[in-house]
Amino acid sequence: MIESLVPAGSSYAWEIDNLFTLIFVLVGFWFVACEGIFFWLIWKFRAQSGVEAEYITGEEKHLKRWITIPHILVLICDLFILAGAVKVWYDIKQYLPEPQQTVRIVGQQWTWTFVHPGPDGRLDTADDIHKVNELHLQKDVTYHYKLESVDVLHDFSVPVFRLKQDAIPGRVITGWFEPTLEGEFDIQCAEICGIGHGLMAARVFVESGDKHAAWMASEAPLALAANIPLQRAGEE
Amino acid sequence: MAESIPSESAAPADDHHGHEEQSFWSKYIFSTDHKMIAMQYMFTGIAMALIGGFMAYAFRMQLAFPGIDVPGFGIVTPANYNALVTNHGAIMIFWVAMPVLIAAFGNFLIPLMCGCDDMVFPKINRLSYQIFLLSAVVLLASFFVEGGGFGGAWTAYPPLSAKAEYSLTPLGSTIWLLAVALEFVAFLLGGINFITTAMNSRAEGMKLYDIPIVVWMIVIASILFLVSVGPLIAGAIMLLFDQNLGTAFFDPARGGDPVLWQHLFWFFGHPEVYVVLLPALGITAEIITVFARKKLFGYKTVLHTTIATGVLSFTVWAHHQFIAGVDPRMAHVFTLTTLLISVPIAEMMFVYIATLYGGSIRLTTPMLWGLAFIAEFLIGGVTGIFLGASGADVYFHDTYFVLAHFHYTFFPIAIIGTFAGLTFWFPKMFGRMMNERLGKIHFWGSIIPFNFIFIPLFVLGMGGQHRRIFDYSNFPELALPWMQDIRVLATSALLVMISFQVVFFYNFIVSLRRGEKAGKNPWNANTLEWTTESPPPHGNWKELPKVYRGPYEYSLPDREKDYWPQNEPN
Repeated sequence: MIESLVPAGSSYAWEIDNLFTLIFVLVGFWFVACEGIFFWLIWKFRAQSGVEAEYITGEEKHLKRWITIPHILVLICDLFILAGAVKVWYDIKQYLPEPQQTVRIVGQQWTWTFVHPGPDGRLDTADDIHKVNELHLQKDVTYHYKLESVDVLHDFSVPVFRLKQDAIPGRVITGWFEPTLEGEFDIQCAEICGIGHGLMAARVFVESGDKHAAWMASEAPLALAANIPLQRAGEE
Repeated sequence: MAESIPSESAAPADDHHGHEEQSFWSKYIFSTDHKMIAMQYMFTGIAMALIGGFMAYAFRMQLAFPGIDVPGFGIVTPANYNALVTNHGAIMIFWVAMPVLIAAFGNFLIPLMCGCDDMVFPKINRLSYQIFLLSAVVLLASFFVEGGGFGGAWTAYPPLSAKAEYSLTPLGSTIWLLAVALEFVAFLLGGINFITTAMNSRAEGMKLYDIPIVVWMIVIASILFLVSVGPLIAGAIMLLFDQNLGTAFFDPARGGDPVLWQHLFWFFGHPEVYVVLLPALGITAEIITVFARKKLFGYKTVLHTTIATGVLSFTVWAHHQFIAGVDPRMAHVFTLTTLLISVPIAEMMFVYIATLYGGSIRLTTPMLWGLAFIAEFLIGGVTGIFLGASGADVYFHDTYFVLAHFHYTFFPIAIIGTFAGLTFWFPKMFGRMMNERLGKIHFWGSIIPFNFIFIPLFVLGMGGQHRRIFDYSNFPELALPWMQDIRVLATSALLVMISFQVVFFYNFIVSLRRGEKAGKNPWNANTLEWTTESPPPHGNWKELPKVYRGPYEYSLPDREKDYWPQNEPN
């Protein structure tokens, strides 16, 4: 259901969409049943002249059944939802597949800085490509991200990936995603971070292998030149 | 205050005026009468609701028509926007839901329903209101200081809330936090009174299972508040120190941890939901039994379920923090407890629906509000499951889906619950009936637009719209025309809903003066407050009542009348 509004653009997006549908069906049933019975009772037992209300305590066993049986059924539905939630959560947040590439994501008031590994495929080398508010990824490649913040809390949120993760100053949080849909999509900051919170928008570019290689080739020489003074400043 | 008594007595022409003023002070301002303190809380709460509602109007106008000069407010800057959403949330929870549902109804109902002449500690009660009033004034003052009001969300997560160079509101954030701390002090004092009075001052013969459910609910809510608020008070003091004294409790650069605040906040924040929910559930129980002429289905089930909910509510807090950087294995535990707490709440809803079975339902204005509470709260309840399930929360966290979900819980609690209680006990409070016709116009004029505000916001949340953004044009996927149409729809519905509140205030004021005289028991109800005059005199009863039975003995088969007041001898 979510994918009718936001395309599913990562390897685990469909898991969340399916979990949503599962919960929707289960709670939808209970919701419709409750509201249906509720309005039916209001209609059926509306005050009519000559008809008295009944005296029902609800304390006897055969009456309590009307509460305990639905109670147990709700509990059973909860177990299905729990199993689904745990599975999806495990796959997205707890399990870390081996990465093919790693990117660093740094949030600060009010921009995102993305550090891409250069042609050598490794971070923290002279050919790293720093981009502000632009993340370039290759389709069908498993990425690890190292998420950091330099000032306040931010939240790295990519709706098409169905991914959210808070960035916390003083910590490096590692997570993963695998983009599966080529195109250009929104990156949001989803945790309020001050007056510029609404301006903290970035874009992710998911590219095919060739296109990504071309982008890398065009950026790498610039990055090499630009990183030399940066590294010197870092050594001091 | 400058007018001293001697100068008044020196001028005989003013004597009468001076005497009235003196009695005005002792009767209305420094009263220790629980009913007057209830009214003080009620009217302060309603005034704050108007301010909180005005804020919602201002930021919804900005969202629907970005950059517009909002009539009555002006241009909404990003700083304004953040301060508006922050204080809208804080006001509606701390300065509307709590004072009205717990303090106003608690103060009014507990002595009257338990059959005693006043609270056990009337002066502490008065102090509680005075501190509350001070907290409201301090909060309002925070909007007008240099840098403007605090804009770091009502959850006030550090480091944003801890450092002026991040929040850009050096005074606003400190004064805001001070106001919240004062409000907690007021409710600690009030809570002590509610619990003690209900436990120690009940009428002769009133056993624990004879206490009306609404009193139980307010007592249990007060206990939840007393137990949960400690960590947050500690956290608030640490945050005040971080802001002003240079400590580093939440500063990671100097060994602190910003996530600690989130634990302290939500350890209080989640029980707090039940603190305001329970009184509203209690009010609903009183109303549906009276107007369905039915005994509450399974009184003991309701009571035990409430206690179970209260205990469980202390174990779910981290579902607000699934993606906040806590250990991912923790999420499983909190998903389990969160799904578990849906069971007693669902059970409560089943009980209320079962109570209608076999009834003789009269759709008066208070009954419409009571039933609407059930119908609307159900939506809030079921949508919570999507967010409590950790896997789905990865997508829905901090989207408008969350916002729509909790407005479907808090609107029924704070607004529907208040209107239910106010229209139900208005005759007892003021001795006159409200106009039914106007009451129903106001009801439908509020309920229909309410759904048109928030159902669309679920759709925006599913579309990935995240919260607390003053202008979505920076996000191409959120600036689509259909999304903007939905924002305009929600804002238009809000305008309709706000304008229908005029009907309520008109009805309220006209009924105060010209409503039909109510008599002692206009609804033919059983509980003790309906056995005294309307409005009850100082001291409530000439002779304190005795209790012979539970509160919900309606429609007994072998009795002529379909109700049996608690104080009527067998």
